Amino acid sequence: MIKTILGFPALLLFATASQAAWEVNLPRGVTEVSREIYDLHMTIFWICVAIGVVVFGVMLWSVIYHRKSRGAKAHNFHENVLVEIAWTVVPFIILIAMAVPATATLIKMYDNTEAELDIQITGYQWKWRYQYLGEEIDFFSSLSTPRDQINNAAVKGEHYLLEVDNPLVIPAGKKVRFLLTANDVIHSWWVPDLAVKKDAIPGFINEAWTIVNEPGVYRGQCAELCGKDHGFMPIVVEVKAQADFDAWLAEVKQADQDKAAEAQKSWTLAELMETGEEVYNKACLACHQANGEGIPGVFPGLKNSPIALGDPGPHIDVVLNGKQGTAMQAFRDQLTAVELAAVITYERNAWGNKVGDLVTPAQIAELKE
Amino acid sequence: MNTSVAVSHHHGPASGISRWLFTTNHKDIGTLYLWFSFLMFLTGGCMALLIRAELFQPGLQLIQPDFFNQMTTMHGLIMVFGAVMPAFVGLANWMIPLMVGAPDMALPRMNNWSFWILPFAFAMMISTLFMDGGAPNFGWTFYAPLSTTYAPPSVTFFIFAVHMMGISSIMGAINIIATILNLRAPGMTMMKLPLFVWTWLITAFLLIAVMPVLAGVVTMMLMDIHFGTSFFDAAGGGDPVLFQHVFWFFGHPEVYIMILPAFGIVSEIIPTFARKKLFGYASMVYATASIAVLSFVVWAHHMFTVGLPLAGELFFMFATMLIAVPTGVKVFNWVATMFRGSMTFETPMLFALAFVVLFTIGGFSGLMLAIAPVDFQYHDTYFVVAHFHYVLVPGAVFAIMAGAYYWLPKWCGNYYNETMGKVHFWCNFIGVNITFFPMHFIGLAGMPRRIPDYALQFADFNAIATVGAFIFGFSQLIFLYNVISCIRNSKPASDRVWEGSHGLEWTVASPAPYHSFSEPPQVK
Ligand code: HEC
Ligand SMILES: [Cu+2]
Ligand SMILES: [Cu+2]
Repeated sequence: MIKTILGFPALLLFATASQAAWEVNLPRGVTEVSREIYDLHMTIFWICVAIGVVVFGVMLWSVIYHRKSRGAKAHNFHENVLVEIAWTVVPFIILIAMAVPATATLIKMYDNTEAELDIQITGYQWKWRYQYLGEEIDFFSSLSTPRDQINNAAVKGEHYLLEVDNPLVIPAGKKVRFLLTANDVIHSWWVPDLAVKKDAIPGFINEAWTIVNEPGVYRGQCAELCGKDHGFMPIVVEVKAQADFDAWLAEVKQADQDKAAEAQKSWTLAELMETGEEVYNKACLACHQANGEGIPGVFPGLKNSPIALGDPGPHIDVVLNGKQGTAMQAFRDQLTAVELAAVITYERNAWGNKVGDLVTPAQIAELKE
Repeated sequence: MNTSVAVSHHHGPASGISRWLFTTNHKDIGTLYLWFSFLMFLTGGCMALLIRAELFQPGLQLIQPDFFNQMTTMHGLIMVFGAVMPAFVGLANWMIPLMVGAPDMALPRMNNWSFWILPFAFAMMISTLFMDGGAPNFGWTFYAPLSTTYAPPSVTFFIFAVHMMGISSIMGAINIIATILNLRAPGMTMMKLPLFVWTWLITAFLLIAVMPVLAGVVTMMLMDIHFGTSFFDAAGGGDPVLFQHVFWFFGHPEVYIMILPAFGIVSEIIPTFARKKLFGYASMVYATASIAVLSFVVWAHHMFTVGLPLAGELFFMFATMLIAVPTGVKVFNWVATMFRGSMTFETPMLFALAFVVLFTIGGFSGLMLAIAPVDFQYHDTYFVVAHFHYVLVPGAVFAIMAGAYYWLPKWCGNYYNETMGKVHFWCNFIGVNITFFPMHFIGLAGMPRRIPDYALQFADFNAIATVGAFIFGFSQLIFLYNVISCIRNSKPASDRVWEGSHGLEWTVASPAPYHSFSEPPQVK
């Protein structure tokens, strides 16, 4: 407690110091579309400013000069057909002038044809899944900011809440098409620098696209309220030059094979418990909580629960296949056989649960076939 | 016959609590509505302050994310359905009969019922905070399937509460329409109606048109949750986007329900303190009507990112931009009314002037949001939060405050304390801008709405916004004190109250007698 109180002002200082600039405007972004959008934004902004100056100017003039304390006498005009027609027609013309370029940009944004790479993006509570169509690459991406930073027990890093374990990697200069859907509730995939924001909706596939010429790292967040950890599902896009991208592809495929091989080696309870805790903290803690007690009425506790203490069969089943129509997802494709075996073993032997048995990676690998 | 009329002339309010429970008097019911809405305003305001306190600094300090979501949801629902709407109904109850020269509302018993449903509806909704799994946590827009399959069990109580609020609103609207159409004094033709009455007439039709749609959408949720249907469940062949279409078909007209009566109030106040007739009365009426009609064909501007077909995007973009035209006409008319007037700046006028400026700023950001391609960047960010708070707080709420100060001497027979009123105004004006203006910046810089914690680059403006929110919130206590001392005792008000006042409500005594216009006045 004392520590938190003392640490707080220090964190405040840090927060202010690490803050780059007082950002007040939309980013121009790094794509042709994002720049067009920025220009539209500035145009409509200046139109509003101009109208505001005229309207508020006249108002201020009246407030200053037509006040009773200055002896102003009220005139008694109260309509003027010509003036009224003018201030109906003029705004109308301004709006048409604005609608024309907006329409052109929108048509461009809707041109989803001729993509060179298709990536399916699926929103989950509270992580993103990226599947590269035709490449056999399929992984999940979730927040990597440590809990301690969120709970003010550690100093916040530069990319606090905008960092993930596995970023989405795309090649520079290529038209990449995103196919968006969701597994549970509605999410929205948004990266401001690419000016891509599209809702990921269960049962629908939405399309969006981008061409980024600059290699770099671009960050965004889920934009649609999707439950408890909506504020904690960032997006990181890494744009790599084609050669680097190809190298990355090969690396990921190799890593997948290594993981598959790991399942066949034999694991001790201690090893599984160690890995299991890591997996639990990453994939399950958000709902079932660190102490395994869940949130009453929303997420069930696993501590002392019949399922964690009983026969392993139903326990494995619920973790692999989830529970239709609840927040409990199927983890079959989200985790490797080792991770699944470890987390299940962990749940059966943590927080005072003492089943003592061990669910082996090989056993899960077989079920996953 | 004659004797019974004479008897009813003389009987005043019942005594004690039964006066308020069984009253059918429009003034009593108006008072009940106004106090209720003020209580809800403070309740929803406390929730807003809790939200702002959590957002004062990055990191989680005071509340956990799930409770944060419950707070944003309840804050929105309470402010919309508990504070703003009942306040307008309260003003309508008090003022419409006085303005059209009617002895009471057309359907007094129903009037009692429409009010007394509300405390029960809100007691039920607020009680969900203490249930297992907590209160609704899916935002005031309660998008499915977050609000159905993935909702806490208390969602059923929320649905029931929404039904009750809907019934109350519909009955209130029927009553207002019946009063305006049937109980006008002889000579009070439609085109002589005060603008507050006109805007409420149009609002009441909007309410009758869309509250059943809201009832429909929550009923579909109820069916999905408890009776095995799949309206919004993709796994069962349903359509989550359908929810949004139905919700916003209600939701967009709803935002005009919350602003048209405000237009009416301001159109009463500005001429009074500019000592000059309202400029363009007829065009004000037509502009209000066209805003109401257009409000039915713009709903999908809340859904530009759900994946509408291109033609749909374009249609909703053009229709939305079109609303700027009649809205502009109104603002120009108010400014033209002030021009060459003889203005004084009592508290109601200060609130009305702030309304014109700040509502227009909210209108500008609304126009920006209408540009569909750019909305892809604005949507679901703090820019939207800034936009709708500008039209709702210095918009609707300032108009309600202006109306309250304007008519308070008529209601209580005493003037409020003018200095205290001005202090209240300046605290509100400064507080509102410190709170909501920086939200434009953090929204553009990329902060999504409805998040309990944020990246470090948003820290400074969030801290500023929180300071503003506390200034705004606590300054409402000045208002409360001023109103209570005005009721208790203060300088007695004349019947006309304001030098520039005009209209039937200023022809009755101050305070307005319990029964007024038992003999209809003659309007020339
Ligand atoms: C998004 C929230 C969420 C996450 C993340 C989550 N669960 Fe669950 N889990 C639930 C919910 C909700 C239920 C209850 C489902 C039901 O209604 O039967 C549940 C049920 C369970 C059960 C059955 C409990 C019982 O008593 O029936 C087990 C076991 C379980 N989860 C394990 C896990 C594991 C292992 C992970 C991580 C790999 C995990 N959960 C991640 C929400 C979640
Ligand atoms: Cu989200
Ligand atoms: Cu709308």
